[in-house]
Amino acid sequence: MSASVTARAFRFRRPSAVPGFAPAFGVAATGITLLVLVPLAALAFRAAGQSWAEFAAAAFSPRALAAYRLSFGASALAALVNLVVGLLLAWVLVRYRFPGRRLADALIDLPFALPTAVAGVALTAICAPDGLAGRFAAGFGIKLAFTPTGVFVALLFIGLPYVVRTVQPVLADLEPELEEAAALLGASRWRAVTRVVLPALAPAAAAGLALAFARAVGEYGSVIFIAGNMPMVSEIAPLLIVVQLEEYDYGAATAIAAVMLAASLLLLAIGAVLQRRLEREEAR
Amino acid sequence: MSGTTAPGARPALRDPGPVAAALIGFALLWIGLFLVLPLVVVAQEAFARGVPAFLAAVRDPDALAAIRLTLLVAAIAVPVNLFLGVAAAWAVAKHDFRGRALLLALLDLPISVSPVVAGLVFVLLFGAQGWLGPWLAERGVKVIFAMPGMVLATVFVTLPYVARGLIPVMRRQGVEEEEAAVTLGAGAWTTLLRISLPNAGLGLLYGVLLTNARAMGEFGAVAVVSGHIRGETNTMPLHVEILHNEYNEVGAFSVAFLLALLAVVTLALKAWLERRMARRAGEGG
Repeated sequence: MSASVTARAFRFRRPSAVPGFAPAFGVAATGITLLVLVPLAALAFRAAGQSWAEFAAAAFSPRALAAYRLSFGASALAALVNLVVGLLLAWVLVRYRFPGRRLADALIDLPFALPTAVAGVALTAICAPDGLAGRFAAGFGIKLAFTPTGVFVALLFIGLPYVVRTVQPVLADLEPELEEAAALLGASRWRAVTRVVLPALAPAAAAGLALAFARAVGEYGSVIFIAGNMPMVSEIAPLLIVVQLEEYDYGAATAIAAVMLAASLLLLAIGAVLQRRLEREEAR
Repeated sequence: MSGTTAPGARPALRDPGPVAAALIGFALLWIGLFLVLPLVVVAQEAFARGVPAFLAAVRDPDALAAIRLTLLVAAIAVPVNLFLGVAAAWAVAKHDFRGRALLLALLDLPISVSPVVAGLVFVLLFGAQGWLGPWLAERGVKVIFAMPGMVLATVFVTLPYVARGLIPVMRRQGVEEEEAAVTLGAGAWTTLLRISLPNAGLGLLYGVLLTNARAMGEFGAVAVVSGHIRGETNTMPLHVEILHNEYNEVGAFSVAFLLALLAVVTLALKAWLERRMARRAGEGG
């Protein structure tokens, strides 16, 4: 397919000498439409096909509300802890040299690469009453596994890489002159870090926070093993969808899934806005 | 452990020794607790009754069927996403058009959708209660509770990774070489296969690696569409769950160990690729 044909077919495209836009765009757009947009639209249509009373009865039942509260609450808490820990890990990995640094850096991505079911059974074994962390926590009268605390622990694990990986490149590219100037002007090291470095990292950290939160809200595999899955207490929203499906209540599953999908679209939009601001700041 | 600052860093950037040591200590403790300990526990539980018990668990017919199915699903899903990912990356990275940002956002959409929702949408489309379900059933085609549904769910979940690996590398390289090739008479295919893809080879490898790891490890989406039929629609992660629910801990952790091994190999290759990419970017100026 020649460039002149593509230029005529797609007038919204800015002219470029590189050929092959039409087939590449065509394949990508068709694939994304068929595999992602149509299926997600099917969910939206099915949910919209329900009467409001039917939808609300399933989507906002006490059990569903408890599940949202747990999913969003534990995810927010875990994402906030991962924000603080992630900033610290990024700082240590970028600014210090110590033995094992490269191994530690490579390990950060483990929650991306480790299948969630494996993470689930491993964390459960650690946090169970006879596990290493479980016994330790029991000494303080805390029960980890099979409680909402277990959900929080699993979400801490899967959300760990996001803030580290968004902040790391920004911190590595940060001009040392900024901190030197702060020091020359008499700022203490703490003041230089909190007033000069942290504000520069804020957009990247916020983007990472949004990603970690979005991922945690939808997380299923690593949570269901450790959660105990008690309705109203330790049942996350994605699990409730599965429970409704297993009871062949497709309507209820669809309604809850529609709420979850709307939430992830909202989070995606927030993330995109943060990302754009980040890119603009980098361009400056 | 002395908290020496990065080479080339200036004195003003140096943190007080005890502060640096404390921060490094905390980082290592956190990484040890959250990242190393789970891996150690998986290995420890898999070999709790010795190597023979591990081998027996892995050679169990149901485990072998799960391994085969996992490899098969990945063998279909990865090439499909390779094709789509290359097309999307080529369109987004080498061309400029209205709606580019939208295409990028849609490409990333599966990352923020819950895997359970991803599985459910295919049940709603192809299941017995779904739009196309009755039509498919008349023709004897089974998508849900069968392999095609598991492949579809896996493709959905792993769609973004090839493009995500390629786009930054392709963008960094610009379009000069492609333009030169076109000037010399190369067509679209030749330009893609001889110039763009070889130049972005490391990014491509990186994307395929992540796609494969996610495809073999996918749990939630596949769980919803699979129906958990033992020996038939069980992938390795689903088999881990079944054995775990049967209190067969050695069996569950033996299969989990294989998956953990896959993750560790993926991370090692990823670290190696990243180092090579950084070096190449450095050479390129």
